[in-house]
Amino acid sequence: MLRALVFLGLLLALAAPVSAQDFAGLGPEIPKATGDPHPEGNRVMRRRHMEMMRHDRDMTMHDGEREIDASISECFECHSVKDEAGGYVTYESEKHFCRACHDFVAVKVDCFMCHRSTPEGFEEPALHAMGSSAEQDIDLARTYLEGLAGEHTESGRPE
Amino acid sequence: MKIPSLKPATTRVDAGRRDFLKSGASAVTLTIASGVTLMAFGGSEAEGAADAGKRWGLLIDVNKCAQDCTACVSACQHENGWKGRGTPETDAQWIRKVTLKNHATGHETSMPVMCQHCEKPPCVNVCPTGASFKRKDGIVLVDKHICIGCRYCMMACPFKARSFVHEPTNNQSVNAPRGQGTVESCTLCVHRVDKGEIPACVEACDATGNGAMIFGDLKDPESEISKRLAEYPSVALRPDLDLNPGVRYAKL
Repeated sequence: MLRALVFLGLLLALAAPVSAQDFAGLGPEIPKATGDPHPEGNRVMRRRHMEMMRHDRDMTMHDGEREIDASISECFECHSVKDEAGGYVTYESEKHFCRACHDFVAVKVDCFMCHRSTPEGFEEPALHAMGSSAEQDIDLARTYLEGLAGEHTESGRPE
Repeated sequence: MKIPSLKPATTRVDAGRRDFLKSGASAVTLTIASGVTLMAFGGSEAEGAADAGKRWGLLIDVNKCAQDCTACVSACQHENGWKGRGTPETDAQWIRKVTLKNHATGHETSMPVMCQHCEKPPCVNVCPTGASFKRKDGIVLVDKHICIGCRYCMMACPFKARSFVHEPTNNQSVNAPRGQGTVESCTLCVHRVDKGEIPACVEACDATGNGAMIFGDLKDPESEISKRLAEYPSVALRPDLDLNPGVRYAKL
C-alpha cells in the first residue's frame, strides 16, 4: 500500500506542472456570492454548513430562538442566482446555488420540499409539476392503468 | 423525546449570551460521556423565546364574531402562505369559520376554529416520531424535519385542526415552511409570538373592529385574557375530553 502511494507521488511529481485552468470543468462550478465572506472561512462552511443549519433549526423550532445566523433563509441573501429574466432561480433549476455542488456529488437535499429556495419577497414561478390540473392528472393515471390492463389481457394470465 | 444537541463550536450565534446562561447558577450541566452533555435550565430561563413560565392562549368572543367575516382566515393564509387549490377534501385548513345552528330557535353562531393548543394534546401522544410536540410555552407544533406524514395526529385531533400537504409546494413564507408529505396546523403564529407580536388572525380581527379575539398569557393573572377568563364565563371545545385547550370561547 505504502509503496503504491510513493509510486503515485513520484508519478505526480514527475508529471508536467498543471495550471488551475486544466482543472476547469472537473469540479462543480460554484456561482459567485455577494456580500461579506463567511467569518469562519469557506473551508469550514463547506464542511460544516449542514451541521450548523441542523443545529440552529432545532433551536428555532423547539426553543423559539430566532436570532440565529445559520438559517437557511439567510443563505439566499448572498447565495442566490439570477436567471436571464432577472428573477431568481429556484431549486428546480440546475443553476441553483445548492444544486451546483449537490448535483455534482449526487446528494439530494430535502430542504426545499418545505423551505423556499429563493430570497424572501420574490414571487417564485409555479412548479413545473404543478402545471397540470387535477383532471389532467386523473386522465394521465387512467391512460396508464388502461395500458396496464391491455398488457394483462394480451399476455393472458399465467396458468 | 428530542434533545437538541448544543455544540457551540458549530455556531457563531450569540456565543456570549449562551456562555453566560451556561455558567449561570440556575443552569445544570451534566456530562455523561465525552461529547454527550445533558443540560437543564432552572425556572423559565431559556435561550430562545419559548418560555416555560408562559402559556399562550386565545379567547374568542363568539358574540362579536361576524358571520360573514373571514378576516382571520385570510390573514392566516397570507401570513403562513397556505391556500386552497379548489379541492376542499384535501386543501390545507389552518383555521376555518364554523357556523352552529340551534334548530330549536334558528339562532346561528359563527366562530373561528383552529388548533386548540391543548395542554394534553392527543396529537402529541400518538405521534410515532416525536414530530408533533408541545413547546414549553404551550404552543403545539409539527416539526416537519421529523414528520413522516403518517397522519396519525390528524386522526387523534378531536377538532380536525390539522391538514396534510398533498401537493408539492413552492413560494412558501419564510416564517412557515410547508411541504408535501407533512402535516401542518395553526402555529399560533409562533414566529410572531417569539418577536413579542400577536398572531395574524387576532391582528386582523382587531383591524375589522370586531375585536372578537384576545391573545395573551394564561399563566399571567394580570394579562387581559386571564382577567376576562376570571371575570366572565367561557368554555373549551369538547370539555368532556379534559384536554385543557389554550383556546377558549366566550358566549358560546
